[in-house]
Amino acid sequence: MITKEHALKIASLSRIHLKEEEAQLLANDLECILKYIDQLNELDVTDVKPTSHALPLQNVFREDVVNPSLSQDEALQFSVQKDKGCYKVPKVIE
Amino acid sequence: MSMDFETVIGLEVHLQLKTATKIFCACANQFGEQPNSLTCPVCLGLPGTLPVLNKKVLEYGIKVGLALGCEINPYIKFDRKNYYYPDLPKAYQISQYDFPVAKNGLVMIPMEKGELKKIRVNRAHLEEDAGKLTHEADGTLVDYNRTGTPLLEIVTEADMRSPQEAYDYLQVLKLTLQYLNVSDCDMEKGSLRCDANVSIRPREETKLGTKSEIKNMNSFKAVKAALEYEVIRHTQVILSGEKIVQETRLWDDNKQMTLSMRSKEEAHDYRYFPDPDLVPFVVKADKIKEIRQSLPELPYAKLERFKNQYNLNGYDAFILVLDQTIAQFFEECVALYPEAKKIANWLNGPLLREISDRKSSLAELKLVPASLAGLIKMVEDGVVSNLVGKDVLKIMLDTGKSAEQIIQENGLAQVSDQESLTRIVDEIIKENPKAVGEIKSGKENVLGFLVGQTMKKTQGKANPKMIGEIIKRRILDA
Repeated sequence: MITKEHALKIASLSRIHLKEEEAQLLANDLECILKYIDQLNELDVTDVKPTSHALPLQNVFREDVVNPSLSQDEALQFSVQKDKGCYKVPKVIE
Repeated sequence: MSMDFETVIGLEVHLQLKTATKIFCACANQFGEQPNSLTCPVCLGLPGTLPVLNKKVLEYGIKVGLALGCEINPYIKFDRKNYYYPDLPKAYQISQYDFPVAKNGLVMIPMEKGELKKIRVNRAHLEEDAGKLTHEADGTLVDYNRTGTPLLEIVTEADMRSPQEAYDYLQVLKLTLQYLNVSDCDMEKGSLRCDANVSIRPREETKLGTKSEIKNMNSFKAVKAALEYEVIRHTQVILSGEKIVQETRLWDDNKQMTLSMRSKEEAHDYRYFPDPDLVPFVVKADKIKEIRQSLPELPYAKLERFKNQYNLNGYDAFILVLDQTIAQFFEECVALYPEAKKIANWLNGPLLREISDRKSSLAELKLVPASLAGLIKMVEDGVVSNLVGKDVLKIMLDTGKSAEQIIQENGLAQVSDQESLTRIVDEIIKENPKAVGEIKSGKENVLGFLVGQTMKKTQGKANPKMIGEIIKRRILDA
């Protein structure tokens, strides 16, 4: 059973701010989604090989050859704040 | 209350692999460039980009796995380890969860009396390195150059029972990794990093105690010191009746203590799941065989061979094996002049001292085996004394000339004709009547002093054994 607390925890891990009433609604939705997915458990998958991927592909490699990178200016154009050639973010350590 | 505690340690080593490019994109894998000058849409985690695995990274991972005696997983995949922290722009790290490249390995560490202890390697998995954070007063600066650097994380079982064993494990591991030439293994530059999990428990207890994870050690010595500190801290906390809090602590090398990290990172809840951007990898047996055959002779095998083939003692062989280039140089010298023990002495003594004095390496010195073998032969043949030989070595390293040339150009050949040596000895006898008197009255040990004086006068060019005999003869027969 997905509770409001579960929803709030997941939201906080994803840095999504939820109002109490939103959390309850999303908990209900998640509960429905999980129940829906649970239908898969009714299938007999004895002869089905487990997979972690939807594509019938494996061993897709890249050779170890260098391509030019973005310049510092190009890289930092996405930053909200920058300083000394770096992205600047709120302090993460006390 | 008196209690006997046992220390339990497990280590996680993060090894940066020395490939030309990053693990999932074609940015150069380089250290020390301008911040944020080695990034691209893939390693910046921009929407719509796709990571593609660097072929060499997987090969290196298999190589290390095999060298550590691991099984290589025939099927491997990559997973997302989710955490929200600015060192990763995607808010997840591509890592390996349940199908790592290698598992169940063994590293043997030396114990007392030549015995070996097995440290089990639980797994080795590939992942991407994170960016570098610099914490400033009003914010945190982020450099994403390191993001996407290929890492191999090597995780042991909690098999070490003392900080010394942890230190020894790291030494053996690093040596093995250096032999494989897959990483710079430089802790100061961060290409080899070690986190340690440590706990203590009453000696008869089988359940593990609460652990602390320690990070931020920038040398093996620091790892050992941090572990020693933690063992004492744990013991004090437990003996005072309190409980150890499971937490991450950072080693402060200046204060020589660990401090609680107090990071704002959320408690570990990584929600691993298969990365849909990367397809799985199947490693065929013949690929594993091919990589296994490409492995160099590993340190323990070389050590045993050196002891047997060259009749060296364990210590000499060990020092040689500690550096692959030295070991190879040794063998090349022996091929030219088959006096293995003598060559080992010269390499492990004077040559290593010169290398360390010059803060250099054998590769940088441009010394060729023929030069050193030639020098040792001339010392053994009595052309120059051991002492002069060491000076010749210095000149050799400065100039790259052969021993023969150096000895000739500098007139360093030992004076070994009786006549000129006797003349010098007579002068010394005249200058040191007191010592001569003492020798005459039976104090033979003063002889060494006169030999030394004579050596000084000949600038070390005389054969000390010969001088000793001449002095004795001139004084006692007089």
